[in-house]
Amino acid sequence: MRGKADRKGQMATLYKVFHYMRRYIPLLAVSVVLAVVTVALTLYFPILTGRAIDLIIDEGLVDFEKIAAIALQASIVVGATAALQWVMNLCNNRMTYSIVRDIRRDAFDKLEHLPLSYIDSHSHGDVVSRIIADVDTFAEGLLMGFTQLFTGLATIAGTLLFMLTIDVRITLVVVVLTPLSLLVASFIAKKTYSMFQLQTKTRGEQTALIEEMIGNQKVVQAFGHEGEALEEFGEINDRLEKCSLRAIFFSSLVNPTTRFINSLVYAAVGIAGAVAVIATGGAFTVGSLSCFLSYANQYTKPFNEISGVVTELQNALACAARIFELIEEPSEKPDDKDAVVLEHADGHVDIDHVYFSYVPTQKLIEDFNLHVKPGQRVAIVGPTGCGKTTLINLLMRFYDANAGTIAVSGQDIMHMTRSSLRSSYGMVLQETWLKKGTIRENICMGTDATDEEMIAAAKAAHAHGFIRRLPKGYDTPIAEDGGNLSQGQKQLLCIARVMLALPPMLILDEATSSIDTRTEIRIQKAFLAMMEGRTSFIVAHRLSTIREADIILVMKEGRIIEQGSHEALLAADGFYAKLYNSQFAS
Amino acid sequence: MRKLLIYMKEYKKECFIAPLFKLLEASFELIVPLVMASIIDQGIAVSDRPHIYRMGAVLVLLAFVGLVCAVSAQYFAARAAVGFAAKLRYALFSHIESLSFAEMDTVGTSTLITRMTSDINQVQSGVNMVLRLFLRSPFIVFGAMVMAFTVNVKAALVFVVAIPLLSAVVFGVMLVSIPLFKKVQGGLDTVLGHTRENLGGARVIRAFNKETSETEEFNRANGYLADMQMVVGRISTLMNPLTYIIINAATLLVIWIGGKEVYFGVITRGEVVALVNYMSQILVELVKLANLIILINKAVACGNRIEEIFEVQPSVQSKKTGAISRGDTSFAVEFSHVSMAYQGAGDDALTDIHFTVKKGQTVGIIGGTGSGKSSVVNLIPRFYDVSAGSVRVNGVDVRDYDLADLRRQIGVVMQKAVLFEGAVSENLRGGRPDATEDELWQAIETAQAADVIKSMAKRDGEEGKRPSLNAMIEQGGRNLSGGQKQRLTIARALVKDADILILDDSASALDFATDARLRAALKELSGEKTIFIVSQRTSSIQFADMIIVMDDGAAVGIGTHEELLSGCEVYREIYESQFKKEAREVQA
Repeated sequence: MRGKADRKGQMATLYKVFHYMRRYIPLLAVSVVLAVVTVALTLYFPILTGRAIDLIIDEGLVDFEKIAAIALQASIVVGATAALQWVMNLCNNRMTYSIVRDIRRDAFDKLEHLPLSYIDSHSHGDVVSRIIADVDTFAEGLLMGFTQLFTGLATIAGTLLFMLTIDVRITLVVVVLTPLSLLVASFIAKKTYSMFQLQTKTRGEQTALIEEMIGNQKVVQAFGHEGEALEEFGEINDRLEKCSLRAIFFSSLVNPTTRFINSLVYAAVGIAGAVAVIATGGAFTVGSLSCFLSYANQYTKPFNEISGVVTELQNALACAARIFELIEEPSEKPDDKDAVVLEHADGHVDIDHVYFSYVPTQKLIEDFNLHVKPGQRVAIVGPTGCGKTTLINLLMRFYDANAGTIAVSGQDIMHMTRSSLRSSYGMVLQETWLKKGTIRENICMGTDATDEEMIAAAKAAHAHGFIRRLPKGYDTPIAEDGGNLSQGQKQLLCIARVMLALPPMLILDEATSSIDTRTEIRIQKAFLAMMEGRTSFIVAHRLSTIREADIILVMKEGRIIEQGSHEALLAADGFYAKLYNSQFAS
Repeated sequence: MRKLLIYMKEYKKECFIAPLFKLLEASFELIVPLVMASIIDQGIAVSDRPHIYRMGAVLVLLAFVGLVCAVSAQYFAARAAVGFAAKLRYALFSHIESLSFAEMDTVGTSTLITRMTSDINQVQSGVNMVLRLFLRSPFIVFGAMVMAFTVNVKAALVFVVAIPLLSAVVFGVMLVSIPLFKKVQGGLDTVLGHTRENLGGARVIRAFNKETSETEEFNRANGYLADMQMVVGRISTLMNPLTYIIINAATLLVIWIGGKEVYFGVITRGEVVALVNYMSQILVELVKLANLIILINKAVACGNRIEEIFEVQPSVQSKKTGAISRGDTSFAVEFSHVSMAYQGAGDDALTDIHFTVKKGQTVGIIGGTGSGKSSVVNLIPRFYDVSAGSVRVNGVDVRDYDLADLRRQIGVVMQKAVLFEGAVSENLRGGRPDATEDELWQAIETAQAADVIKSMAKRDGEEGKRPSLNAMIEQGGRNLSGGQKQRLTIARALVKDADILILDDSASALDFATDARLRAALKELSGEKTIFIVSQRTSSIQFADMIIVMDDGAAVGIGTHEELLSGCEVYREIYESQFKKEAREVQA
């Protein structure tokens, strides 16, 4: 049953691969035709040499004239084969890498349009390995499939045909014996499968340990945990050594045993052929025997290779399935056809009867109402992990509400283009993100701001000072993940980015948590200036920010439990009042 | 690569036996064409059927002996390769564990992980293939040539010309394509970088509507990669057609020369067939050899990457033995004119830091981003070494301690809260495996982590004042929020019950109420322990016995809250900026 379902899945994947191949059908057609032609030519060559050998009989009995004629013919065959083989390989190459490029392009395109919920809930490492490692394995399998499967199958069919035209009985000897090697190979593969699984599992265990221990080396050393870690590592390492040895040794038996069977075939053809030469009184010649021996070799070779190619192809298909799974993930719901472009948002934000939850079983936001007038400041407060980012997700439409409406400037955000909505907000998130590139690229983010504008923004964010001190100033490249900058510097850059864009509404998420207080005060001032006349949503821990807000939203366990001004909430003596008073518990 | 071979020492025997058996197998293979020649010349020529059967039996026997040899060779090769890799992995892991913070900063974690895993796997399969094939293939190639000489010298000369030509093609193609492969690898790195960036920065990219330009950038990198792959392909696909031409031209030549020799009665027809067979054996082996060399190249490259890590020496070396000279032991920590520079950085991160801390005191360290607060506390457990001056713990220079002994006396809570996969109790016992359940709970209470435990237990369907500590923490603690993780890491450091406790800005993700309760609880501990608190908030440290104010790597003020308020400009500025507002709020 499972096998059937697998096969069905494989067929579906294969179909999708063909879909990508469609654009390259001319290449594919040329490649298949060339495969048939080159194989035929390759097989014709031993016939020619066989004929030549038949002209060499004994002392004084050699027909050099005819041999020369055959040699000329053979040279042409060889030249043509080589040339066509090269062209075929080029076609295969071009086709494979083009398909791979197309698949990667589509996968990445999907990445840019996946709903945030997918990106939030899937391991990034897994997605990366799909786009990089899986596509690579797929490419290798595909190339191998093209180059070896076609020619392999053509060789088997061709040799069979040529052999049959020479002698039926000896052909039977070859045909009966060769599948043995396939049988042995698949028998070994089946037996070793579980060994390989054990190896993979143990390897996974070890990698997890390595990631954890080396990734957190500083903590490991701080707690003097090195000894235990090494001990645990050694234990897994020993197990891995044992099961790897078994898996590698037993699987490496395939090659010698299939070669053994090939030798048997060779011997059988030798004996049967020799006897046939004597029995037929020379109708079956020595040249034919030599030709047969060469065929026997060529006939068995693809069988050995094909078993390899089949596993490789299955592997490739499994990888392809994982990529297609990603490519076929549903995209973010596209913008409505008649979606309006939000221009010059006035800062009105109206949230009416909004319901939202990440998982249907866990209710989060229920019947939430909020009306923000232009220029008002909304502070979102609550204990750690109370789900403050949920609100940002809804405002920016990273997630869509389950029910109710959110309106900006009186227009439902569901009916406007995401891009116009998002560019109306300036956002500084808790987790800083910088792209690989220069400081300039990171501040400008593709806008064509002038140097003066950029520097003004950097100055406003108090980033100008440290940027100027970097080796190449604004053109200093930032390492991947911003490795060469401190957390505080990264945050200053993110702020500079928003300072440059200056959108009509702001979302600030604990943006200043890693910046020292003195800098923070300056930034706070810059922020105040920026917030002037702009509607802002601030996720904040600092009382000063909260107190100055027009509306405070108090969140707990993902829900909004209180809402109002600082004074009103204190007077209500609820959760906020308790939270506020506890600040000075010491 | 060469230095890694010491891990092969235990497998000398295997390294000798495996290729030996391979050579034996190859020798048997080389006899086959001669046997076939005998079938043709003696069997067929004189219609001697028994001779044909006898020779057929010899062929089967050769095949069988070859099989036995090959299987033995595979076994010994696998044993040597797998054993070598296991030894290497263990040694590398142990070496990485010994590296200090400075090296971890410069090398980077992710590359260490790839080197431990995929690089070692590549080396393993490289060693395996070398043992199996590296001797075999050249042996067959030259063996076939030698055998050809035994058959006929004139025909054998064709081999002498063909083999160098073939080698030139095979190695030439490889020499040209290997540097190109590197470029392909580089292209792949760029594609990978783009992918990672777009996953991590999905929110920012969408907030700035950069999807299209990011896609364009990716497509450029992706297109470049595909182009490079095609260029490499164009060159490496030359190999097969070229070798095919050479081999078959040589075969025709052998037949021509062989025919002449037969004509003059020097050799027989069967021997011509044998010569042709030798030629085709060479072709098969050369293709194998080419693949093998690619594999070896990869393995050597990976081996060099591993060796690079071995060459990184820990800058902080533990002192194993030797007399410890004790100074004044009433001080828990003494910094004596300490300066320190990070590797690769131009300027000193710390300059001339000088202070002493009595046992049981609480020390607050405050200052701006990058002012050197963390650098100061990182010197106490000797995570980094000083470049001038000295740090003493309990009267002894930290460089005179055995590292494990030193660190046992110090509990550290780092800026980044890290927990390990496993039960909560396992995590808490990280620093002291024999702590009792009561001791764990005491630490949990102090760290304000009780409700973390309760909410975890609740998730597992358990209620109660003291739920079990068996709730599981997922890899990297991803089932906990930042604040929850911080509280658990504080609890873990408390469980260790070390004399010195360092909290390196480790309450940053806590909301103000929890932070205040934590501060109150820690205050009760002072007296028993020497506590260092690194923070950016004056409210977190103003109760400390001593406050060190850091600015640009220097201590610009040391003293109590009151002393600093009157005597330290920087401190007053920080304090007023924060406290004025909060004081105003108290009145509100």
